[in-house]
Amino acid sequence: MLDHLFYTLQLADNALILGHRLGEWCGHGPVLEQDIALTNISLDHIGQARSLYQHAAHLTNEIPQEQRAKIFQSVTLNNKINSGELLQEDDLPYLRDAWDFRNALLTEQPNGDWAYTVARSFFYDVFYFLYYTKLKDSKDAQLAAIAEKSLKEVAYHQRWSSEWMIRLGDGTEESKTRIQNAVNDYWQYSGELFVMSDAENAMLKKGIGVDAAALKPEWDAKVEAIFKEATLSIPEEKWMQKGGKQCRHSEHLGFILAELQYMQRAYPGMEW
Amino acid sequence: MSDQNNNKAEWPLWEVFIRSKAGLDHKHVGSLHAADAEMAIENARDVYTRRMEGVSIWVIESKYIHASDPDNAASLYEPANDKIYRHPTFYDLPDELKHM
Repeated sequence: MLDHLFYTLQLADNALILGHRLGEWCGHGPVLEQDIALTNISLDHIGQARSLYQHAAHLTNEIPQEQRAKIFQSVTLNNKINSGELLQEDDLPYLRDAWDFRNALLTEQPNGDWAYTVARSFFYDVFYFLYYTKLKDSKDAQLAAIAEKSLKEVAYHQRWSSEWMIRLGDGTEESKTRIQNAVNDYWQYSGELFVMSDAENAMLKKGIGVDAAALKPEWDAKVEAIFKEATLSIPEEKWMQKGGKQCRHSEHLGFILAELQYMQRAYPGMEW
Repeated sequence: MSDQNNNKAEWPLWEVFIRSKAGLDHKHVGSLHAADAEMAIENARDVYTRRMEGVSIWVIESKYIHASDPDNAASLYEPANDKIYRHPTFYDLPDELKHM
């Protein structure tokens, strides 16, 4: 049960944190049209996160009360659990602290310039297109339904970020330098997507989760194909960062959550 | 508005036409900037179909649109003013006939 919850949270946290990052571009896009494109994509991610948090809240509430109070290390969330109240979808993003978040490190990396934002999304979108294609056959009907609905969105995200990779890589000298720098810097965060967490392994055995490690050859092939068209080189660096799935994060996540959670922490239960 | 000729870095302007549902005509909905046709269609999708406004998109670079000259409006359109017999209002239509 705990693995099922952690697995769902991992997916939800990925979607929320990347969605939040992309949302930071709102009003700051290089042109109006791309500003809107990016906020649309951001809202797709946050929509996926909502469905996943609803499911995660339900899974949490299924766990007996005395165990439920020991799942998280977040004081505010535990206070709510200890009060006997059932969790709602909003409690998980707003009342959990950084050390209870399970998103991959890639998603919390800063937006940087346009190239960094594109590269980060590209690594993520190619992965999640493959991932949701498998997850729609999950034995968890809820996850399967979320995957199926999300797949159409992710197909568009992948198209958007792939085209921008090509446009920047095969563009001017300036754009090529920038996108290659971004790729070189964020490459080290791409590997974690394929490293199976305990929750992922457990859910794979039950036919609920996806074998992320097995997606690597297809991901490599797609990335190689786009890089070739974009005239970009694949970084030689093989060493990969990891830890996000085990709740060990870079310093960036704390700042993201500070902004994201401020209102609910300052004015608990506030609605608008 | 900056003149496109004075700012080469700016993407060209495109006119966007959306078909709201199968069987209806594409209608002009507005314009946007994009680097090429593919991006123009994607931008149109994001800017003009976010609220389920369409099922098909046409884009055309604005420079390819030829327009009539407003200075000629008098000679082009006013002669039609006094030719009311061109309207079908002089015919008696049977009541069964709808949508005319």
